[in-house]
Amino acid sequence: MRFTFDGRPLLGEPGDTLAAALLRNGVRVVGRSVRLGRPRGVFSAGPEEPNALVRVGADPMLAATTVELYDGLEAWSLRGKGRVDPDAVDGRRCDKGYLHCDVLVVGGGPAGLAATLAAGRAGARVILVDDQPVLGGDLLNSRLRLDGAPGCDWADGLSLQARVLTRTTAVGYYDHNYVVAVERRARGERLWHIRARRVVLATGAHERSVAFPGNDRPGVMLASAARAYANRYGVAAGRRAVVFACADSGYEAARDLAAAGVEVVAIVDPRNGGPQAAVIGAVVAGAVVTGAVVTGTTGDADGVLTGVQVGDRHFPADLLAVAGGWNPAVHLFSQSQGRLRYDEDLRAFVPGTSAQAERSAGACRGVYGTREAIADGYAAGAEAAGRDADPGLRVPECDEGPQRPPAALWWVEGTSQEESFVDLQRDVTVADLARATGTGMRSVEHVKRYTTAGTGADQGKTSGAAVVGVMSALLGAEPGQVGTTTFRPPYTPVSFATLAGRDRGALSDPVRTTAMHDAHVARGAVFEDVGQWKRPWYFPLDGETMEAAVLRECRAARTAVAAMDASTLGKIDVRGADAGAFLDRIYTNMYSTLAVGACRYGLMCTADGMVFDDGTTTRLGEEHFLMTTTTGNAAAVLDWLEEWRQTEWPDLDVSFTSVTDHWATVAVVGPRAREVIAAVVPGALDLAFMRYASTPVLGVEGRVFRISFSGELAYEVNVPWRYGRALWETVLELGAVPYGTETMHVLRAEKGFAIVGQETDGTVTPHDLGMSWIVSKRKPDFVGRRSHSRPDTARPGRKRLVGLLPDDPAAVVEEGAQLVAEPAGGMVGHVTSSYASVALGRAFGLALAANVEAGDRLTAVSGGSSHGVTVVAPVFYDPENARRDGEPLAFRPEPHRGECRSESPAAAFAGRFAAASGPRARLREVPFEPMWEVRGTDPGTGLRLGPSWWLVSGNITPQPDWVDVSGQRTILELSGPDATEVLITGCPVDLDTLPGPTQTLLGRTSVILERRERDTYRIYVRSSFTRYLAEWLVDALDAL
Amino acid sequence: MLLIDCPHCGPRDETEFRYGGQAGISCPTGDVSDEEWAAYVFMRDNPKGWFRERWFHVHGCRTWFDVERHTVTHEVRKAR
Repeated sequence: MRFTFDGRPLLGEPGDTLAAALLRNGVRVVGRSVRLGRPRGVFSAGPEEPNALVRVGADPMLAATTVELYDGLEAWSLRGKGRVDPDAVDGRRCDKGYLHCDVLVVGGGPAGLAATLAAGRAGARVILVDDQPVLGGDLLNSRLRLDGAPGCDWADGLSLQARVLTRTTAVGYYDHNYVVAVERRARGERLWHIRARRVVLATGAHERSVAFPGNDRPGVMLASAARAYANRYGVAAGRRAVVFACADSGYEAARDLAAAGVEVVAIVDPRNGGPQAAVIGAVVAGAVVTGAVVTGTTGDADGVLTGVQVGDRHFPADLLAVAGGWNPAVHLFSQSQGRLRYDEDLRAFVPGTSAQAERSAGACRGVYGTREAIADGYAAGAEAAGRDADPGLRVPECDEGPQRPPAALWWVEGTSQEESFVDLQRDVTVADLARATGTGMRSVEHVKRYTTAGTGADQGKTSGAAVVGVMSALLGAEPGQVGTTTFRPPYTPVSFATLAGRDRGALSDPVRTTAMHDAHVARGAVFEDVGQWKRPWYFPLDGETMEAAVLRECRAARTAVAAMDASTLGKIDVRGADAGAFLDRIYTNMYSTLAVGACRYGLMCTADGMVFDDGTTTRLGEEHFLMTTTTGNAAAVLDWLEEWRQTEWPDLDVSFTSVTDHWATVAVVGPRAREVIAAVVPGALDLAFMRYASTPVLGVEGRVFRISFSGELAYEVNVPWRYGRALWETVLELGAVPYGTETMHVLRAEKGFAIVGQETDGTVTPHDLGMSWIVSKRKPDFVGRRSHSRPDTARPGRKRLVGLLPDDPAAVVEEGAQLVAEPAGGMVGHVTSSYASVALGRAFGLALAANVEAGDRLTAVSGGSSHGVTVVAPVFYDPENARRDGEPLAFRPEPHRGECRSESPAAAFAGRFAAASGPRARLREVPFEPMWEVRGTDPGTGLRLGPSWWLVSGNITPQPDWVDVSGQRTILELSGPDATEVLITGCPVDLDTLPGPTQTLLGRTSVILERRERDTYRIYVRSSFTRYLAEWLVDALDAL
Repeated sequence: MLLIDCPHCGPRDETEFRYGGQAGISCPTGDVSDEEWAAYVFMRDNPKGWFRERWFHVHGCRTWFDVERHTVTHEVRKAR
């Protein structure tokens, strides 16, 4: 395999990590350290690597020990830290996945494999994750024999009943056994979210380093790493080696290095008495030096290791393998909030008390022997599956020798002037720690923050124990008293691209669109984000500025006829014997007395008395209302109604159904609006102001409301979603000028109509808006009523809604500008709305201001500019409401002829669905079928959505109290053997145990999910979210 | 990521729910003093330990229900 390092062409072998391939090519210096710029080489063989940091492609910083070599890889050395290149091309496509299991096993070494085997045989649903390309854990790195054969053969021969995820690193352990893991896949990473009933941690142990002078030279590495490179990759990390054996694993490394052709010139063991020659092999037995320590190193001009100092003796060597002892990898255990304890015999922190349904097995709890780890794994797996250990599971025989306790050695005070490093990645030395403790710091957390030890990308995996050990020596305390710093996720670095997954670019947040969206795009509309909706902001003609377009649109609405897509307004169907009484309690004004067929504008407050939402609600029948809400608040209002009904007034007979997406709405506005209405919906021609008619629109079912947000003659014409585009195109063909949200805002501001969220901010009462007229004094109570008489809300001197006229009629004051009373009145309020008005021929604004009256002079200050303004009443246009009935028809237009074309929400995706489908997974939109939501009595058919709540579909005759929601959702059908694999990339529920149809999330939108057959799902998605979900599904199919 | 047991849908991820604050707070009716009203609107308990609280299955069956959650360990159990 060809690869380059700093531009040098090199050759590696399949299966190499980048670190192995660099060593194979004799590359000793991989990078330079972050603070001191010292040369550094490969130190470890795994994710604990502190030194060998490289840039690979768009990845600014990776440990070379974790990068799998591939043909054509280009790696670049780093000085301690990477830098993101914003221009780098990142072709990765990352995503997420949700999995559920009875038993999650983390780590595929002897203990983890044994646990997986035992749990699977006990019938549990098991997932095994392991960070390496192949299972085996340390068996891959060793020459250990199990039942007389290489250890890897034992691992390969196991038949695991589990979902096995290799190349997958568990990085976070969160509440309620929620484990997050990163899988490295060919096209990009997948972030797995795994919910497990029980977790078995078999994460192994990390070898630790020892602080001695010159311990950072290239050529100094962990003994376990030198052994791994020799055994697993066939790479000798040097020619002449010294082994510093504070633990007996050093002897195993020495034996394996010798077997790989490395000359072992000394094994330096601080303990007295070495193991028997039979155990370590005759080849290296003669090199053992006991009761001694490494006191320094020598290097060449580049700083690379040339020899090892042991007291007075100097051993020429190019490899120093340090076996400092082992630290159980307790990171995930600690993240799970389990408590650690210090084990005096092992001289390491081990799991103490669990906080979740979890247990550790094998080396990660200090059980180091291979046979012992396998036995521990069997027991842990069976226990996690809720069974007794399977007597059929046998622990294989092993040729491993007994292990003596390691030396309690973290720090050697040498005689040389060289620094003794504790944290190689952060360049923290013993002297730095001594400086910290010398200033009086006693807490390891303080020392961490002062010295930055343990804060590198490796999070101190090899250095943490050394920091604690050196601190305990400096403070004269036991390591157990010093304690550890807090282990936090992620265990290994995770890129932002991985965390984002599919939620980036166009899919970063759902974009909601109306039935008319494609028509708006074709017309060149400029869009504005309102909540998740894309709404046309204005419709510029060729070369027109926004200012010119808005003036033109306003002129059309005030003098002729204009039209706006008002589909985004929230629409809630309210039914029940107590519907009127319920609305009386929610709104500040009366609804129970409203006549059938009449509309009324209403305001609702939160319990603190502040304005929450507004809109028009119409009585469609004696026990049937249609509420409209602001675009941005529709979901919040529906939740609000449900909260009061369920938690405060469960005795009221009332139910709520969102029909926001069922209806597409066109507002037809202007003195000549009747000309359009007569052609489109002749049945509404004689409709009185604030009245409603259910009458055919373009020959299809429709609803018309004569309500006005501009003061002009206006109709809100509703048709089911699929006819929305046809209605819109027809209205424009009949001469209506399309306008967007900016024109809507100008028109309503000219009339002094407040917008919730613009004039209000959660601190404004109806009285503050000058709307005391809408607050009923006859009703016994409504939400927020009592708060209006609290001292603060009832006091004089609160900010009120006022109008503003700038001195300069051309000056559009910035919204948000502070209002300052002259000469020394201080700040009295702020500008909430400000526009240029074609109707007024000048600029104007609305503001919230305290203690001001009409005629007062104020200064509006913003961003260094200031404008003189005069306070006026907040109604600028037609205060007598003389314009609301428009002009009488000068002629009788012909009703519009021609078919009202129907278009489904996913119609535009038919071709892309077909192209994305294949034998493994198919996606299509199910042809239109009518749907109803049913409350109360079980209809005996359909999908149960909740308590007393069903969705019924098909060509059947509905009951009168069923709510037509045919346009509210469309149905996408995903089928094929990989359908489930597609859904798990965005659906958090356990699809294997799905009891029936359910409401849940898919991607970032709510859906109803119905599993019709094993491999066939129906996804019911809101019409306005269909475009988002369609793009999401196409991307997910593409990822298969 | 908490796992919350919805009485209708069974255990689901926290992301499907909306938090509803302390349970058992009723809106007072009749004549109440400013202090009593302010206590209802603004004041909530904040114990270290078990806490009875409301959740709303906003992306599921849209049911409001109570659970008990331990504010230190995040253990969740059925409200008693």
